[in-house]
Amino acid sequence: MVPSTHLYDYLLRLGDNALILGQRLGEWCGHGPVLEQDIALTNIALDLIGQARLWLEYAAQTAGKGQTEDNLAFLRDAGAFRNALLVEQPNGDFAHTIIRQFLFDAWNFALHEDLCNSGDLQIRAIAEKSLKEIAYHRKYSSEWTIRLGDGTEESRSRMQTALEDLWTYTGELWTPDDLDREMAEAGISPHLERLQPAVEKYIRDILTEATLEIPAGTWMQSGGKQGRHSEHLGYILAEMQFLQRAYPGLEW
Amino acid sequence: MKKDWPLWEVFIRSKNGLSHKHVGSLHAADAQMAIENARDVYTRRGEGISIWVVESRHITASSPDQIEAFFDPANDKVYRHPTFYQLPDEVDHI
Repeated sequence: MVPSTHLYDYLLRLGDNALILGQRLGEWCGHGPVLEQDIALTNIALDLIGQARLWLEYAAQTAGKGQTEDNLAFLRDAGAFRNALLVEQPNGDFAHTIIRQFLFDAWNFALHEDLCNSGDLQIRAIAEKSLKEIAYHRKYSSEWTIRLGDGTEESRSRMQTALEDLWTYTGELWTPDDLDREMAEAGISPHLERLQPAVEKYIRDILTEATLEIPAGTWMQSGGKQGRHSEHLGYILAEMQFLQRAYPGLEW
Repeated sequence: MKKDWPLWEVFIRSKNGLSHKHVGSLHAADAQMAIENARDVYTRRGEGISIWVVESRHITASSPDQIEAFFDPANDKVYRHPTFYQLPDEVDHI
């Protein structure tokens, strides 16, 4: 049995990844490059928000003390968020949005596949429900990566730029810290470093087809899942939490 | 960008045993993208289990000018409708 405060911290990582990426993708609503992609991106955003609700609801139960999924989403400050740095990076152009999604989906899919065997039955159930959605997200972002990478000169150059900007945030995903190791030892989550070969192979295969090149020898950023965030998270929260901060307890 | 993308017609089958039904159209660069766009645009509320797409330019349509010549002659041929039969009570779903 792991201490419930540790399980709570781990659940925040899962929930915050989905919540923050969902919020980011939601920014595309009404701004997509074409109507069909506007809807596609916001569909994915809604899938992620739905997943975030399940994780945060479980986290709130684990925390007790009257916590709720809503409090966790709307009343925590940036330092209490446990999402990876990758998902809080700005949408940028469509290439940045797609590369961010692709890198995250490739890893997130492998993670959820393993979470389907978690020793924690609630985690297992949430992972099983989410995996189908994530499989579609991965298919979507992989196909756009190939299409735009192996597209025109301009689309390729934008995709390569996005890859070089965002690659530095991938290391954090598969580098375990003490909490990740504790969860893995307890049979709750997979060993992150064991996910890496398959995820990297998947990413390399798609990028090769997309004629894109993985940046060599990049130093990796880290800190998001311990609560040390880039400056972007504060702005995301300012927008996402505005209503509950300005009008506490407001319902609709 | 959108100017370069052809228009596709989308057909969705809502369940087994029914036929595909035209639901609308959308833009996509190729057939694969059209299927995926159709999934996102037209099946968000569980509308379907199968999608067909066809490029709009491949559809040949009857001409609105010929509505009378095409369709009016059928109007006064009531004997083509199976309305003169007495159905036994036991026959359902007709």
